[in-house]
Amino acid sequence: MASAFEYAPAPESRSVVDIAPSYGLFIDGEFTEAAEGKVFKTVSPSTEEVLSEIAQAGEADVDRAVKAARKAFVKWSALPGSERAKYLFRIARIIQERSRELAVLETLDNGKPIKETRDADLPLVAAHFFYYAGWADKLDHAGFGANPRPLGVAGQVIPWNFPLLMLAWKIAPALATGNTVVLKPAETTPLTALFFADICRQAGLPRGVVNILPGYGDAGAALVAHPDVDKVAFTGSTAVGKEIARTVAGSHKKVTLELGGKGANIVFDDAPIDQAVEGIVNGIFFNQGQVCCAGSRLLVQESIHDELLDSLKRRLSTLRLGDPLDKNTDIGAINSSEQLARITSLVDQGEAEGAERWSPACELPSAGYWFAPTLFTNVTQAHTVARDEIFGPVLSVLTFRTPDEAVAKANNSAYGLSAGVWSEKGSRILAVANKLRAGVVWSNTFNKFDPTSPFGGYKESGFGREGGRHGLEAYLAPSSPEGER
Amino acid sequence: MSAAEKSEQQRLSVFKTYKLYVGGKFPRSESGRVYEVSDSKGKWLANAPQSSRKDARDAVVAARKAFGGWSGATAYNRGQVLYRVAEMLEGRKEQFVREVADAEGLSKAKAAAVVDAAIDRWVWYAGWTDKIAQVVGGGNPVAGPYFNLSSPEPTGVVTVLAPQESSFLGLVSVIAPVIATGNTVIVIASEKSPLPALSLGEVLATSDVPGGVVNILSGRTAEIAAPLAAHQDVNAIDLAGADEVLAKELEIAAADNLKRVVRPQAVDYARTPGTERLTAFLETKTVWHPTGSLGAGGSSY
Repeated sequence: MASAFEYAPAPESRSVVDIAPSYGLFIDGEFTEAAEGKVFKTVSPSTEEVLSEIAQAGEADVDRAVKAARKAFVKWSALPGSERAKYLFRIARIIQERSRELAVLETLDNGKPIKETRDADLPLVAAHFFYYAGWADKLDHAGFGANPRPLGVAGQVIPWNFPLLMLAWKIAPALATGNTVVLKPAETTPLTALFFADICRQAGLPRGVVNILPGYGDAGAALVAHPDVDKVAFTGSTAVGKEIARTVAGSHKKVTLELGGKGANIVFDDAPIDQAVEGIVNGIFFNQGQVCCAGSRLLVQESIHDELLDSLKRRLSTLRLGDPLDKNTDIGAINSSEQLARITSLVDQGEAEGAERWSPACELPSAGYWFAPTLFTNVTQAHTVARDEIFGPVLSVLTFRTPDEAVAKANNSAYGLSAGVWSEKGSRILAVANKLRAGVVWSNTFNKFDPTSPFGGYKESGFGREGGRHGLEAYLAPSSPEGER
Repeated sequence: MSAAEKSEQQRLSVFKTYKLYVGGKFPRSESGRVYEVSDSKGKWLANAPQSSRKDARDAVVAARKAFGGWSGATAYNRGQVLYRVAEMLEGRKEQFVREVADAEGLSKAKAAAVVDAAIDRWVWYAGWTDKIAQVVGGGNPVAGPYFNLSSPEPTGVVTVLAPQESSFLGLVSVIAPVIATGNTVIVIASEKSPLPALSLGEVLATSDVPGGVVNILSGRTAEIAAPLAAHQDVNAIDLAGADEVLAKELEIAAADNLKRVVRPQAVDYARTPGTERLTAFLETKTVWHPTGSLGAGGSSY
């Protein structure tokens, strides 16, 4: 089996980012302490070093932030769209200017490789603001009727896997459409959101338009339940998504949920094997597999199973796991000890249920949270590792004989977020893509994202779309409700 | 009194046994129950089946079975089938005018206007089947060498609580958009005035609508809706016919498998609707594919 070349360490410099020893909540344009005075520490998952101490939002802070956002809504929603657009263009440009700083910061706080934050997260963040900036004064042409109106105050709760990118997906369309925002970043990755608050200040954004409340699940729940919130946007687990759907039942709140997935990556016998292997690796090991749309179920046509697995194992043996700030690193740290424990427990369960576990020879650093790239073979559809979202670098391999069987197995999931299809035959790709019950289908590629491209799930992967023209709908009141035309 | 009039008085009319419409067939409720349906003045009109939770579950099975064929039919074909419904209704207009007049206490002229509007609503939605994808889908200009296309697809099996007051125009206005886009549906008819809905089943059965695409249940709305809101094989629910308390209960139950929910709202069914009821039960699928390259030199012309 091929081994990786020895590379000299090539770490990105930390000196571009200046992390303060403590941060407050960002409410009404100012950093402020939490009402109850609580704080929590955010650590670097690759070293367990404490990066900063963060004010922890509680119910009183949520109320204060929602009030600030409500007050700001009056003027913000009345601004001409062209003026809102210019604020968003400013933000996009400042993000581009500060992207190296933000990439390093994200890598420190999240644990993902600098290669990803630098080349994927940050360019997409800037692009997202740039894209929605342009919509702000063109909403009449978006297909939601003439003069569509904003909803009001948006309560947004985002996850830790793409902290700043998920912030962009939430805040950019909300502001473009004239809403104001209270956003709660995840407790393990609050830093880029707090730096974003500083970017809002630099851009001269009116106070109260964006409020950032670092905190735990209780703060998120309080935000979702707050009676003066008009719109709830959540990205995270399906279990919490269902709880949110129950909380808002019977209210006027509009909801979009972007939840879990168990994406099938289907490889037909005529697929270009080398490209497919790269796509499979990208599909499940990008961001350590902590991706809701990860291709975590490999469905491979039986006739090429052995050949494909040999290539895949050879490729996995060349992945470099280690210091996320090193520019050569492919696999970074798992985001938290809790997530590591969850991955470990699900993988143990996979072994206990009889699936065959394999990992390349891979030395894990002594400090921090790490998990080696892992494959499961001899997996059946009933196995936990084929059904539950692991949210880690763990791939379950299943086989099929016919396209119908591939489709049936791919759709045999409560989720329906993403899928991949690999084949050189165009009609087969289109036929299979047509039958997959998934919101995003990547054919002969995987994990591609773009601000113009709507993203979101079928079934228990949630509802609503983020990105593109479609993403505006979540933040607009229908201008022509039946009966009021 | 003429002889003809006398014999007409003596002729006993033939009552209709109103039945459910499930899977293209006309069963009675498996529970054997019926309830009395009266007109707006309290005069007995008929006994309607009082559906049970088992009837509701049978309807889900029928709707799921029909989903593959109906969602896989061409949009053009679905449009023709919906238009055929309008044609069949036109021929049975008098019956519906009578039923709507009885149900809603309308004069014959007003009831006729309601039925005309309902037939026109079928025609309106029939025309949407092969246009909605162009309106809400399309290519996305991604920043890379990829073909990227978003298309709407039906959500799946949809439960609809038909409006309680507008027993026919309201009913049509909530069924037609759901099936126009390729979903299949289980409709709970107006509790007080289910007869126009049950008669609509007879029209659908003769309109080339495949069995199971529309399933019509009558009975106590709350009793039938509860198991449907909680059903794991139902993908969405339209709460048009629920009051505030029931709507909240059903929305909570619907969260269990993250059904798409349309909350009750004030609607004037006489007006031409927007596209909201069409898009409420559509998912967006986005497909990416590399566009490749013709080589460093690009195209030669």
